[in-house]
Amino acid sequence: MESVRPEGSSEHNLMSTTTIPPSNKTAPIVVPYRRPDPGTQPESNYAGYLATARRAPSNPLIYLPHTLSEVTGPVFGHEKIAETDNDLTRQHSSDPLGERIIVAGQVLDADGRPVSNSLIEIWQANAAGRYRHAVDNHAAPLDPNFSGAGRTLTDENGGYRFITIKPGAYPWRNHENAWRPAHIHFSLFGPAFATRIIGQMYFPGDPLFAYDPILQSIPDEKSRQRLISKFDREATEPEWALGYRFDIVLRGRDATPLLGQPKPAREGAR
Amino acid sequence: MSLTLTPSQTVGPYLHIGLSDTRSVSQIAADGAPGERITLSFRVFDGDGLPLPDAMIELWQADADGRYHHPEDAPERVSDPLFRGFGRMATNVDGSCSFQTIKPGRVPGPRGAPQAPHINVSVFGRGLLKRLPTRIYFADDPANASDPILLLVPESRRATLLAQPDPNRQGNWQFEIHLCGPRETVFFDV
Repeated sequence: MESVRPEGSSEHNLMSTTTIPPSNKTAPIVVPYRRPDPGTQPESNYAGYLATARRAPSNPLIYLPHTLSEVTGPVFGHEKIAETDNDLTRQHSSDPLGERIIVAGQVLDADGRPVSNSLIEIWQANAAGRYRHAVDNHAAPLDPNFSGAGRTLTDENGGYRFITIKPGAYPWRNHENAWRPAHIHFSLFGPAFATRIIGQMYFPGDPLFAYDPILQSIPDEKSRQRLISKFDREATEPEWALGYRFDIVLRGRDATPLLGQPKPAREGAR
Repeated sequence: MSLTLTPSQTVGPYLHIGLSDTRSVSQIAADGAPGERITLSFRVFDGDGLPLPDAMIELWQADADGRYHHPEDAPERVSDPLFRGFGRMATNVDGSCSFQTIKPGRVPGPRGAPQAPHINVSVFGRGLLKRLPTRIYFADDPANASDPILLLVPESRRATLLAQPDPNRQGNWQFEIHLCGPRETVFFDV
């Protein structure tokens, strides 16, 4: 679905700092976030994922030039994160069943700059492929020692680390003999309303990728690969747990007019 | 350099485990935060007019002065314990959820022209491969007529972005989201 961009407008001339009238001198400078390239995000309507048919909008999205509303967003830096929030294996009295793993990585923007102090929330099925959720009636056991939810804040280098167990694949009723590849849901805010994203992390080499319409809804192969974690021997701890690396890339910004480019001359300026 | 972005995926039907069971935020403005107190009630419907029991709404808004509590607008207000500007609720079986907040003030828009009071909305859910961003404006606010973003929306569809006052309950506003179908809400490419 293409968005409709208003005729004769561009992010730059709409946002140009030189056109802010004197009465709004205090309005902060808005530096827009860059739009994802075509094909790098799923389309809302994807025939292979049946539920999209009655839930995807049919009108084109309206192109929204970024204002303060889009370049700001909730700040979570002062959230209280409990010690076991990023260790899903220590939230109950005993260890959960399954293969203990470490999932670690870095949150960056598209220009490679670390995104620090940013909230990451995750949730997942247990090792048997069952969610602790009233709606999940898959005939697989619940684990009394596993809730399947975690969260953390990125450090000053954008780094993060979770300890959990490897989730199982599970069936769903989308098509005949449909199974979701093992995955962990990842929710990120980044610095702005524009950078909000919720994705899923997959595990390398899963034979179910080719049959999964949710992963395949992303047209661009390189973008699909971005959701697949890599086995990481560095992150692996001897005699304890395998490590997987999962880096997350949020949108980057246009060059800052005041920092990245020569400032356009104001009319009448000498 | 431009790295490949992390793509969006659906939150699926079990979003509550990670996002709302213990992490809901229905009160965007605490008691004592300045401004006109309002309750915002949502209902979310699919293309058949059926309510969505597995959607989630997130809100992001300015305070009563039109300031966002964010380093790029009002850094001195980021730690304000009474107002954070963020809300998040999953929908109930009848597709509803509601928030307690204050009516936001006006925020500068393109070319510095003030925008009408609005709240930024993200809709997530099973069957939504990516979030659907939209905005809530307040019906009958005279500033709507000159809002630079509303003016980008075809006139015939602008009403889908207007919250309506509940005639029976002072300070209560209602907003319906129709994901598709004849009453489809306007969604934005943010």
